[in-house]
Amino acid sequence: MAAIDQSAVRRRVREFIGETFLVGNEKDKLNDSDSFMQHGIVDSTGILELATFIESEYSLTIEDNEMVPDNLDSIDNLAGFVARKLG
Amino acid sequence: MADQLCQTILTQIRGTLKKGGAVVGISGGIDSSVCAALCARALGPKKVLGIMMPEKESAGESRTLAEKLAQKFGFETTLENISSGLEGMGCYQRRDEAIRELFPEFDSSYTAKITNPTNILEKETFNFFTLTVEDKQGRIQSKRMPPSVYLQVVASSNLKQRLRMTTLYYHAEKRNWAVVGTGNKDEHCQGFFVKYGDGGADLKPIAHLFKIQVYQLAEYLGVPDEIVRRVPTTDTYSAEVTQEEFFFGLDFYHMDMLWYAMENSISPAEAAKVLDLTVEQVERGYANIERKIKATEYLRMNPLEIV
Repeated sequence: MAAIDQSAVRRRVREFIGETFLVGNEKDKLNDSDSFMQHGIVDSTGILELATFIESEYSLTIEDNEMVPDNLDSIDNLAGFVARKLG
Repeated sequence: MADQLCQTILTQIRGTLKKGGAVVGISGGIDSSVCAALCARALGPKKVLGIMMPEKESAGESRTLAEKLAQKFGFETTLENISSGLEGMGCYQRRDEAIRELFPEFDSSYTAKITNPTNILEKETFNFFTLTVEDKQGRIQSKRMPPSVYLQVVASSNLKQRLRMTTLYYHAEKRNWAVVGTGNKDEHCQGFFVKYGDGGADLKPIAHLFKIQVYQLAEYLGVPDEIVRRVPTTDTYSAEVTQEEFFFGLDFYHMDMLWYAMENSISPAEAAKVLDLTVEQVERGYANIERKIKATEYLRMNPLEIV
């Protein structure tokens, strides 16, 4: 099975974050390593939306103990998490 | 502090608002009890009306404790059961419909509650919501809530606080009195209230006080012991859930001490020593409080206008 293309994941996540949580060209200013929590981009409802999006987009299940910043708190972290889950 | 608060309440109600008295929603909880006691002290008990607003899922002891409070401080009370109003608004039906998306077998014989992680000092974690249901045999099931379910459950449940606000304003306007909000600083600043629900009031005399300060004031004012000892709950869901489990993720002592330390620019290292925590735990506590304050700014905003 081919390894998931993390660049494609980054692009798709950036698109989702931009459409769902940001205004105008804010998504272009967001760095891949920027923490969603520290930048106030995602709140507690937003994290549910983000988790649901990742599960649906990549047909995977995020367990409760995987709902942690190391897995979900930046575009980079999400790309790595998806790659590990599907790898 | 009590005398100063009373003077301010008097000035705000009579001087600023030009109202004759205070209407307070009393739940048997410590915050509303302290507010009612302060108002009775500030205005005289004849100028205070306590409104008890139970609904079919309220804890039974709420009313008993509220009546005990009124007896102690000598103010009048009125009972307004809001269950039929909530039924009419579809509160229970809309909420249960959302719950059944996760638990199709859920019915009126079950209880339900929403919780957040409570280990926020131990590790970095997101605040996410878990729905827990219990059937009459005591079988418990829990699932993380997808956003659509969470939002509908909360929106339906918030009807309780909004109908209470409506009821308070009916009684206040009938008398030309003021509605007293009972939220403390933890609730007000971290957004643990419903906009135009329990957040809707003419004055908020304890919104600047930490929970632990409210407890100190309660003891000073002579609020009945049973109220002081009662564990703060949301009294919103059919299953009992503490405020720590539902929202704050932290016990009040640590939360208030960390928040005070943060506000007074005390370094994590210094705070850690005093509170017997690690530096990392203090940093997580500071970050969690800051995030909640920022994320809930919209709740404290007045309506946006175009000027």
